[in-house]
Amino acid sequence: MRLERRASVPVTLAVAAPFGAVLVALLLAGILIAMTGAPVLEAYRRILISAFGSKSSITETLTRATPLILTGLAVAVAFRTRLWNIGAEGQFYSGALVAAMLGSQHGLQLPGAALIPILMVAGAAAGAILMLAPLGLRLRFGVDEVVTTLLLNFITILTVSMMIDGPLKDPMAFGWPQSVPIVGDAFLPKLVSRSRLHIGFLIAIGLALLIWLVQERTVFGLETRAAGLNPAATTFAGIKVNRLLVKVACISGGLAGLAGAIEVLGVKGYVTTDLSPGFGYTGIIVAMLAGLNPIGVVVTAIFVATIFVGSDGMSRGLGVPSFIADVIVALSLLAVLVALVLTNYRIRR
Amino acid sequence: MNDIVLSLEGITKRFGSLIANDDVTLNLRRGELLALLGENGAGKTTLMNILFGHYAADAGRVVAFGRELQPGRPRAAIDAGIGMVHQHFALAANLTVLENIVAGTESIGRLRGDWRRARVKLTEIARRFGLAIDPDARVGDLSVGERQRVEILKALYRDARILILDEPTAVLTPQEAEKLFDTLRVMAAKGLSLIFISHKLHEILAAADRIVVLRGGKVTAERITANTNKNELAELMVGRPVTRPAREAQQPGALVMRAENVCVAGFRPLSDISFELRAGETLGIIGVSGNGQSTLGRLLGGLVKPTAGSFELLGATVTEPTPASFVACGVARIPEDRNVDGTVSDMTLWENSVLERIGERRFSAFGLVRRSGARAFAKTIIERFDVRGGVPDTPIRLLSGGNMQKLILGRNLLTSPRILVAAQPTRGLDEGAVAAVHAEILAARRAGAGVLLISEDLDEILQLADRVQAIANGRLSPSIPIEDAEPRRLGLMMAGAWSEMA
Repeated sequence: MRLERRASVPVTLAVAAPFGAVLVALLLAGILIAMTGAPVLEAYRRILISAFGSKSSITETLTRATPLILTGLAVAVAFRTRLWNIGAEGQFYSGALVAAMLGSQHGLQLPGAALIPILMVAGAAAGAILMLAPLGLRLRFGVDEVVTTLLLNFITILTVSMMIDGPLKDPMAFGWPQSVPIVGDAFLPKLVSRSRLHIGFLIAIGLALLIWLVQERTVFGLETRAAGLNPAATTFAGIKVNRLLVKVACISGGLAGLAGAIEVLGVKGYVTTDLSPGFGYTGIIVAMLAGLNPIGVVVTAIFVATIFVGSDGMSRGLGVPSFIADVIVALSLLAVLVALVLTNYRIRR
Repeated sequence: MNDIVLSLEGITKRFGSLIANDDVTLNLRRGELLALLGENGAGKTTLMNILFGHYAADAGRVVAFGRELQPGRPRAAIDAGIGMVHQHFALAANLTVLENIVAGTESIGRLRGDWRRARVKLTEIARRFGLAIDPDARVGDLSVGERQRVEILKALYRDARILILDEPTAVLTPQEAEKLFDTLRVMAAKGLSLIFISHKLHEILAAADRIVVLRGGKVTAERITANTNKNELAELMVGRPVTRPAREAQQPGALVMRAENVCVAGFRPLSDISFELRAGETLGIIGVSGNGQSTLGRLLGGLVKPTAGSFELLGATVTEPTPASFVACGVARIPEDRNVDGTVSDMTLWENSVLERIGERRFSAFGLVRRSGARAFAKTIIERFDVRGGVPDTPIRLLSGGNMQKLILGRNLLTSPRILVAAQPTRGLDEGAVAAVHAEILAARRAGAGVLLISEDLDEILQLADRVQAIANGRLSPSIPIEDAEPRRLGLMMAGAWSEMA
């Protein structure tokens, strides 16, 4: 048996592959659900109802999807140019920390209309800096950024932990390690009243569209794609690949940092070390499921959010451990990777 | 007929809709030197991969010394006494000849007595076939011709009685090739059977007893060497009469590029190279593979900086070269590897056509790509340069090598360059594509471009160049007019012995 590359990939196959993969993942996860003794179809029905059954569950799912869209975009943008940013988690926290720091009563004293944009930009800048350092090491010394970005996650989270147990610690929090909350003006306006859904969701969708346009229509998009596919030919064509990588690193780190800032300004109002249930890492899955397509990232982020939010409800009702959500998402990724091979290659004997 | 040592019977192999081998039948006799002639894509490599068990054939069988080889088992051929000498050697440079030959053949924990026996065996084989070599020399210190000898010895040491050589002369100077043929004839005379794969007609005529021509996966002809000639073989190989375009005399114009004692550091460095290139002439740089051609190509493409000496482009000294500045000056660049440097294989024809000049107003404005302009440019190239197998939106990887090369030529020549730097422009192309590429290079010269042609193909240089310089070990010989370039003299130059000729 061997794999042969297809001369061209039919569009229908390319579109159908991720859906088929998700179906296979749900099928496999169904076996696990059945093993807990719960009815499988009922479990999936409850996941859907818990995620979309009411206004409050819909807004909750979209709230959860917002940081995933942004970290998914961060990863998709980087991977497209073969910049392996595994550090979205750390960049997320650095953006969150900076936004919380500058947004608190000890930070910038500005009215809301000016404060919110500045806090978002500051968060994005923090994320970008955290991505530029590994890129610098790669370009100067050839250090693999997979390792450096991954390890920076732990450094960043420990730094956050140190800050919120030290200089930034909220004295009103009964000793819990959390940062001083942001001022009322810094909170993002809500999209739907009496819910947690905030305008960060629209910002994330807008950025996805913008990135898609940049990738499809601009010289920068063409050059970054070329640099990802074949850096040697891109260099030969006179395009400065290193300079492109610096820009891509800024965009990627910036998006992850922005995700952290928006999560603080839109949902929590302060930083704790459990602000992110792995948004940065899940962003990698979101991006891969979407085939690195920015519009696809929005869809897959909502899918992943659905599974997570829905599983909580399903687990309460049926007693299936909510860890099943992680299993479903992980299986989807594996299935998509297989589907990707099968769309690009065909099996021959 | 029992002197047949190897036979491939009715071998058929399909890859998707492509038939790589179509009912190929081939017999090799004892003591015979058989040449397998065919263009790239004719199915030579597939056939050899089937013989060596890398692929399993869809139909047919391989019989060696009367026994059928189990398909799909790489060890089967080796155990049956078939050895292969690859185009690219698989030798460890820091080990000695003896160590290289023994390594991989036998167990690692050897005793001293075994080493002695190995040495005796090697010396005996070397003496029998006239392959003189010092068993204790480090492979890294050997010349390319000597390394090839080590590869041959390696196969013989493993008791190969059938030896297959894949494009064995690609890395040799004409003199070294001549020596190799002598060796092969000795080996055949001593009862070994050899298959010699090549697409170079003159070599095949010089070396082989019998010639099998492969075209489009089929055996199209079989000839005894004495009863055929170059023209007939060329026609059999291509399937139709082929004439390469000829160069017309022309008066060179102004100086367009000049290098004086230029050095480039790094991998395969250049030292003290000097040349001059005028408008409307072609300067050929001939050399054996791996003598600094790549670095020279990168220097002339604006990718590396001279570390010493003076390098002038259109009268201006180049200090900080960039590919973009070279393109802007009107330097057309054909990179030596079209798949690595020349194209982004997963991008479309139009994207590949405009990538190096995407900043021009007709292809972009305010950072936005003007797709219509870019597509129109690609369309013009496709029409004007006869690129087949794609429209502007086809991924370029679907094109054949020849058509890919035509697109690369087209994107460069459509803008009337002042200088054309062509590095190995016809490497791996079939005869028809070679003729087309040659015609375009000659047209560029006629239009007044200074052409610098880096090539390892003697025939190509003799056909296209007005003057020739040889490259050897990162140095350039003085230039000689093409009229004085007879093969023997060029061979000496390619070996680096130009000072002795003066």
